[in-house]
Amino acid sequence: MLAKRIIPCLDVRDGQVVKGVRFRDHRIVGDIIELAQRYRDEGADELVFYDITASPEGRAVDVQWIERCAQVLDIPFCVAGGIRTVEAAERILAAGAEKISVNSPALENPDLIDALARRFGSQCVVVGIDSETQNNSYHVYRYTGDPNRSADTGRATLDWVREVQARGAGEIVLNCMASDGVRHGYDIPQLQHVRAECRIPLVASGGAGCSEHFVTVFRESAVDAALAASVFHSGTLSIPALKQTLSRQGIEVRLS
Amino acid sequence: MANSSPVVIVDSGGANLASLQHALHRLGAVAIVSSDAKIIERAPRIILPGVGAAAMAMERLSRAGLIDVLRSCTQPLLGICLGMQLLFEHSAEGDTPCLGLLPGHVHALTASTERPVPHMGWNTLGDSEHALVKDCAQQWFYFVHSYYVPGTSSSCIATTHYGLSIAAAVAVGNIMGVQCHPERSAHAGARLLKNFLDMPNPQAT
Repeated sequence: MLAKRIIPCLDVRDGQVVKGVRFRDHRIVGDIIELAQRYRDEGADELVFYDITASPEGRAVDVQWIERCAQVLDIPFCVAGGIRTVEAAERILAAGAEKISVNSPALENPDLIDALARRFGSQCVVVGIDSETQNNSYHVYRYTGDPNRSADTGRATLDWVREVQARGAGEIVLNCMASDGVRHGYDIPQLQHVRAECRIPLVASGGAGCSEHFVTVFRESAVDAALAASVFHSGTLSIPALKQTLSRQGIEVRLS
Repeated sequence: MANSSPVVIVDSGGANLASLQHALHRLGAVAIVSSDAKIIERAPRIILPGVGAAAMAMERLSRAGLIDVLRSCTQPLLGICLGMQLLFEHSAEGDTPCLGLLPGHVHALTASTERPVPHMGWNTLGDSEHALVKDCAQQWFYFVHSYYVPGTSSSCIATTHYGLSIAAAVAVGNIMGVQCHPERSAHAGARLLKNFLDMPNPQAT
């Protein structure tokens, strides 16, 4: 049976892993390779690296650290941030990443999703969606890596979820912004709404604070994977302990 | 050392061959990436990886003059993911005729909100006696695919389950394949790759 995936997310800025609260006030939490290896050894199923400054600053991800990660990691990892072209994606995949994730550039130019899926196959193409409740509906935000530019796109999240699938996305990471970094749990109602529209793997993001939040998100919103950052980086929750809890609750996880 | 003999990874045009090469290096194997028919013919072991679409991959193999090389190879050959699917007669992906080294067809997985496609993530391998999957039974492997070979196929040596039975590993003689990505599958994947590197090569003297 397919296991539910636990995905630590490493927000990268200037070659360091950082974490902010509600996308602001980023603090350095450690070295990329060191943290990547630690999570691998602890049983992370996959890693996501978000270069949080690349997209707002209009520059592409630096591939040197990706190559170093690929040499030591024997689990899949995804790279996100500032990927605006097929060529940029190619450099990252050639450096050894399993997937690339696009967010703001896909909102500026939705054809990018089609082009990436055609060139590399849908399995490589993750679309990240930053979403927040506005006037009783869910809206997509862009440039969320930069507090001064972060803005409502006016797009309804559910419409965008349908569109990115039609364009060939292979996975969606839904980051519920109101929950992000505050550790009060995943946004279950929003994830349920998106799940009902999603026939590709769906990853929950934003809000994990304790193992119970993971149990709830897998049970109630039927996501395929749960992504979290600060709860792991701070040492509040260890991946082996989390996976033991999930397993005891009857949720299939990969135990090593 | 058995693992020091070079392995040739067929450059089928996919962007991510680096992780496979790193995985083989971690096992002490010498792995080179090539699309040169002469180098592949002489390789003691061949790995046929593959990402992207079946039609594009077959076209690339054809353009590089590799179809006949692969069809007539006698050394151990391992297809990975799309590379495994290409070993069969035909793929529903783009209605593509494939290498025909193994009997059977590749079908599309049907997506639903309960069972999203691609089948993406870690799944277990069933029991098997085959040397390729020695010590791999009930171990977790990383899968990512939208097309599949049925677990009932005659060449299937180990299955995995995702609503239906899927061939996770196939083998007939020197022709082998895995639907999962051993290079992304932590210790279990390293074990499977080591098993392949340990396969006897009838060409070796």
